[in-house]
Amino acid sequence: MQDSNWRILTRPLIDDNPLTLQILGICSALAVTTSLDTALLMSLVVVCVLALGSAMVSLMRHQIPHSVRIIVQITVIATLVIVVDQLLQAYAFELSKRLSVFVGLIITNCIVLGRAQGFAMHNGVVASALDGIGNGLGYALILILVGAIREFFGKGSLLNMQILIPTSQGGGFEPLQLMLLPPSAFFIIGGIIWLIRRKRPQQVEKPEFSLPVKGRETR
Amino acid sequence: MSMAMSETLPRDTTLRALTLALLVAFVCGLLVSAVAVSLRPIQRANVEAERIAQLQLVLNALSAIGREQSIDGLEQHMVELASGRFDDSVDATRFNAERAAASSATGTAIPPDLDLAGLKRRALHAQVYLVRDATGRIELIILPVSGRGYQSTLHAWLVLDGDTRTVRALKFYRHGETPGVGSRIEEPAWEASWRGLRAFDDAGVLRIGVRPAGSGYSEDAAYQVDAISGATRTSQGVDGMLRFWLGEFGYAALLQRIREEQP
Repeated sequence: MQDSNWRILTRPLIDDNPLTLQILGICSALAVTTSLDTALLMSLVVVCVLALGSAMVSLMRHQIPHSVRIIVQITVIATLVIVVDQLLQAYAFELSKRLSVFVGLIITNCIVLGRAQGFAMHNGVVASALDGIGNGLGYALILILVGAIREFFGKGSLLNMQILIPTSQGGGFEPLQLMLLPPSAFFIIGGIIWLIRRKRPQQVEKPEFSLPVKGRETR
Repeated sequence: MSMAMSETLPRDTTLRALTLALLVAFVCGLLVSAVAVSLRPIQRANVEAERIAQLQLVLNALSAIGREQSIDGLEQHMVELASGRFDDSVDATRFNAERAAASSATGTAIPPDLDLAGLKRRALHAQVYLVRDATGRIELIILPVSGRGYQSTLHAWLVLDGDTRTVRALKFYRHGETPGVGSRIEEPAWEASWRGLRAFDDAGVLRIGVRPAGSGYSEDAAYQVDAISGATRTSQGVDGMLRFWLGEFGYAALLQRIREEQP
């Protein structure tokens, strides 16, 4: 059963989201979501790297020897990431400084290697590119949501436009400083995972084992 | 999902693996080099624009104390820190204090008992700016200072009066402290509290620093500012940073020389 291209593109958005179902790429999701603009740029970069990386690995899939497949995939991904990083330093200097090492760390992002190894090695170029874009968008969706929540409640602004006036400037909004600290992203991502699994109970994982119940009265 | 069964698995010979690995490495290396080289002029321009923007920050710090100044009015010098002498043989346009500190040729280790700023190493030289008045007297001394904060290195401009004792401004331009907590070192109100502070007392003893918040009136009040509550470690970092850079392993020699040259 081969999925249609549309399913390949849309399934990673919610049904098979890399962040909320597979719990991959959490590190960068904590780091770059203190404001919406960095989350957007990071999303764009990851979508590009995933799409191009998967497509290139798929193109080479018949040539890559099994024994060195991971190294070849990583080299392709690293090349793309470095190129993107260089482009950002040239054309989006300010934002690239705020993303700092996290662009470079996309190389080690499990989502990118996971899609290259898990999908692009066995599928055609178009399907692999769509799978890359889909997974990138799934990651982006959560990143943008978390970034928007954190910036709004942490600074009272969206995309650096002040919406709520903080008390320090005479308004009535007390910024939630917790929102700007990494733990808040854990809470928000956890909340999103809970919401999605409420709506789609099939995503709930089976318990790996159950604790033996002791001391319960039996009739 | 099912795999496409018609695909033949690649033949796994060592020679083939080696050839392909080398080929991939070569093509990728070529691509990365080409991109890096072709984008370098734009990246250089960005860095230069940032340097100008940083100078602009200095000017902003000056204009906050009612002193409007154009970039051309800033007199730039490379200072050899140990002697306090201007050493303009060092290429200022390529000077990067952090890189210079790391190299054994252009940097030096800071003795641990003097390393109040937690930097471990510093460059032999520093890039400082002077503003002179119409008669040629040094009116303002603008010194780059840096030190370890809570979770990042703090970078700031310290603007001293020509008397070398009075702080005219402290302007942070780069740090990675916790947003909303340590990052309050950048708040105008806290920066303003440095203005007019005396760094040294009349005996020439270094007194500048940050004291615990709410420690009330003391005779240190003329020399020290209150810490930011909730950001103790960042505040201590600022304290150590200023004590180090105004101390004997920092700008002491330069300030001494300026004091001697214009009484």
